[in-house]
Amino acid sequence: MAQPRADAPSKIILAGSDLSRVVDRIAHQILEKTSGATGTVLLGIPTRGVPLAHRLAARIHAFEGVEVPVGSLDITLYRDDLRLQATRALGKTELPAGGIEGLRVILVDDVLFSGRSVRAALDALKDLGRPSSVQLAVLVDRGHRQLPIRADYVGKNIPTAHSESVKVALTEVDGADEVRLIGGLQ
Amino acid sequence: MIKHLRSAADLDAATATLILDTAAEMAALSGREVKKLPALRGRTVVNLFYEDSTRTRISFEAAAKRLSADVINFSAKGSSVSKGESLKDTALTLQAMGADAVVIRHSASGAPHRLANWVEGSVVNAGDGTHEHPTQALLDAYTMRSRLGRLDGLKVAIVGDVLHSRVARSNVLLLTTLGAQVTVVGPPTLIPLEVGAALSDKTQVSYDLDAVLPESDVVMMLRVQTERMQDSYFPSAREYSRRYGLDVPRLKRLPEHAIVMHPGPMNRGMEIAPEVADSPRSTIVEQVANGVSVRMAVLYLLLGGK
Amino acid sequence: MAYLLKGVSVLGAAPTDLLIKDGVISDKTDKDAVVIDAAGLVALPGLVDVHTHLREPGREDAETVETGSRAAALGGYTAVCAMANTSPVADTAGVVEQVWRLGREAGLVDVQPIGAVTVGLAGKQLAELGAMADSAATVRIFSDDGFCVADPKLMRRALEYVKAFDGVIAQHAEEPRLTEGAQMHEGEVSTRLGLTGWPAVAEEAIIARDVLLAEHVGSRLHVCHVSTAGSVEVLRQAKARGVRVTAEVTPHHLLLTDELAAGYDPVFKVNPPLRTSSDVMALRQALRDGVIDVVATDHAPHAVQDKECEWSYARPGMLGLETALPIVLSVFGEQWDLIADRMSIAPARIAGLDGHGGDLTKAGTPANLTLVDPSASWVVDPSGLASRSRNTPYAGMTLPGRIVATFLRGEATVLDGKAVK
Ligand SMILES: [Zn+2]
Repeated sequence: MAQPRADAPSKIILAGSDLSRVVDRIAHQILEKTSGATGTVLLGIPTRGVPLAHRLAARIHAFEGVEVPVGSLDITLYRDDLRLQATRALGKTELPAGGIEGLRVILVDDVLFSGRSVRAALDALKDLGRPSSVQLAVLVDRGHRQLPIRADYVGKNIPTAHSESVKVALTEVDGADEVRLIGGLQ
Repeated sequence: MIKHLRSAADLDAATATLILDTAAEMAALSGREVKKLPALRGRTVVNLFYEDSTRTRISFEAAAKRLSADVINFSAKGSSVSKGESLKDTALTLQAMGADAVVIRHSASGAPHRLANWVEGSVVNAGDGTHEHPTQALLDAYTMRSRLGRLDGLKVAIVGDVLHSRVARSNVLLLTTLGAQVTVVGPPTLIPLEVGAALSDKTQVSYDLDAVLPESDVVMMLRVQTERMQDSYFPSAREYSRRYGLDVPRLKRLPEHAIVMHPGPMNRGMEIAPEVADSPRSTIVEQVANGVSVRMAVLYLLLGGK
Repeated sequence: MAYLLKGVSVLGAAPTDLLIKDGVISDKTDKDAVVIDAAGLVALPGLVDVHTHLREPGREDAETVETGSRAAALGGYTAVCAMANTSPVADTAGVVEQVWRLGREAGLVDVQPIGAVTVGLAGKQLAELGAMADSAATVRIFSDDGFCVADPKLMRRALEYVKAFDGVIAQHAEEPRLTEGAQMHEGEVSTRLGLTGWPAVAEEAIIARDVLLAEHVGSRLHVCHVSTAGSVEVLRQAKARGVRVTAEVTPHHLLLTDELAAGYDPVFKVNPPLRTSSDVMALRQALRDGVIDVVATDHAPHAVQDKECEWSYARPGMLGLETALPIVLSVFGEQWDLIADRMSIAPARIAGLDGHGGDLTKAGTPANLTLVDPSASWVVDPSGLASRSRNTPYAGMTLPGRIVATFLRGEATVLDGKAVK
């Protein structure tokens, strides 16, 4: 797929406190839809899904005093596009001490796009155990699905053109919080 | 990423570290119930073994299979190889079979370099003559890092028949690349000429094991073949083992935290005393397990991408 | 056929016309002579190689007397000495006469057979040296090349025995016990590559022993393919004492180093092995000084399968005849007197080949000569070589100096850079 050039024009969609508010909203939705997040595990998909999962857990704890276990699920070895680019370094896969067996797993990612990453995550999850159910939380849904996949929790829907891309920055990884839409502008 | 792994010299510090980090992830994934990963589905890995080495072959085979690659074992026995087919003709056959990687074990130094001229896929050196055995060095480095937490600044003594050891060559190259301080120790007859200039100018040479031990974080004992004494490299097994064998009194000269390694197969009672081989400071069994993770990492990094 | 070389420069001297007539350099005129425009070309006495492997009989798949002769002529040679390590070994009058006859039939260069020192090159028992000397081939150089005459007693006897017919023993200096399993020069590179080393001392020790033996019995010794700085020092001292020793160096030892083994391509495997750059420098100086007398090719053709394999399984040796002069030119520049001496005059003297290495400015000198275009350069293409084999280490290199024509006793063997037959 065409990537916008590095010097393409870009526009900030969310920054700083906006992004925090969006995370708060997802945390509230999770509490609502999961009856107080009991029996729930958050698994972030590296790279940016992992700090997002930790933020969600922290917010849930702040709101309701509930400790939601957090882990990470690397999907690299399950991707269907491995051979389309240079070899990727692996991210970490770390399940919480209580595992995932019989629990509700919420996969956390920054951007939902084609749905292929989520499919890879579902494949990876299946090799790790048998959760009672799997849900998906994303900071941004930019559309253009190629698979029958939808998110249970969406921070912000950003309609995009195919030629555009969405770049999420998080303080833990990138030094600042912002969501930027790149390319496609005049 | 590099295309071939023919020598530890093919690896710079960043690439070597990436392999070790990837191996750590592979090791973590190996602990679970479903061991198979889909990363190399549809890829073909050929094990081309001209020398008997069941251990190394099985390790590569397990690594490739855990990554879902198709594995073809092409061993010298009972194949056209033993009927005198040349390496080049064998290479062309493997090429026609669509091998994405060829793991080669060969008694001739440099055979992997030759093979790389004749196949399009990646070539992985699984031990060539008295030259190198880079995946062994990687698993040794991995073992050191997981036991001692670092490689940079680590003091490693490699003891024994350095001259004929492919394990020693690869370890000197890799460990010095990763910042360790390596001393090769043995009788002068078994230390290759100009080893520092040839491999790494950071390499030290010593003929005195007792002097080196108190300074060492790692002591790696190399297999010494008793046949070497027929060729006058040393007078007798007894004298060798007295001067260069790792026994219990010598083990006590090591610092508390130091570990003992051996690439196997061991000559118990020759270069290493049985009590030392079986002591908790020995990593010999761990080294075998780490071998699969490291080889998974190598195969994934060579074949996982475009 | 007579040839008039117009405007030729003999050994770099001012342009002149040179008439070749009745097989000699002529001071007469001949209006029917074929005129060759030789402006810008240098005439050298026909080159003489004291060390060539022609492989026939036995390995005609690698080279024959005919293909090797053609390669020699194209390289500017008018005489080559054919080494004895054929199959069967040239250790009897019958075999040396066969090789000699094949050379005559090919008619491109004088093929002078070298006889084996010991039966079957086995180093146990003297071959019938006198019978070979007395044969039609009139053998004067004897060598077990490929193997060293390692037994000191046998070497002494051989040196003594050939005095009766002014023979010379050409020694392949390699102490066999020090080179068991050896694959390349012993040093930094062999350590890195994990290949068994061939130590310099294995050559130097034999040369030291042999110059002492030759001195002791008052015989002539010739040392093949000197490859180390240490050997040069041993020879320098021996010559200073007046020992009757001569020595050769190959073009590849004057140019290439052991670093080339790094890719394990056996095209760089040779015996003695490529050495270090300090050895190369010492050999160049020794050739300039005359401590080393001649450049010899050690032309060693090998079939493809003997080189397209693992380094340790490959046979040692390199092609040399068609590239020798260009390599020497590239190393020493246009020092024509030096080149003529080391590649023609001195080798002809060592091999006892009257009629070769003669003075081209003198009427009556046999017309064995070659014309070189020093300003032309060419890229070595293995498939373009006349040798039946392809194992040149210079593939892809651009070399100076093109052989334009070669004459053997007044008959052209090469014209316009092509062999006439
Ligand atoms: Zn020789």
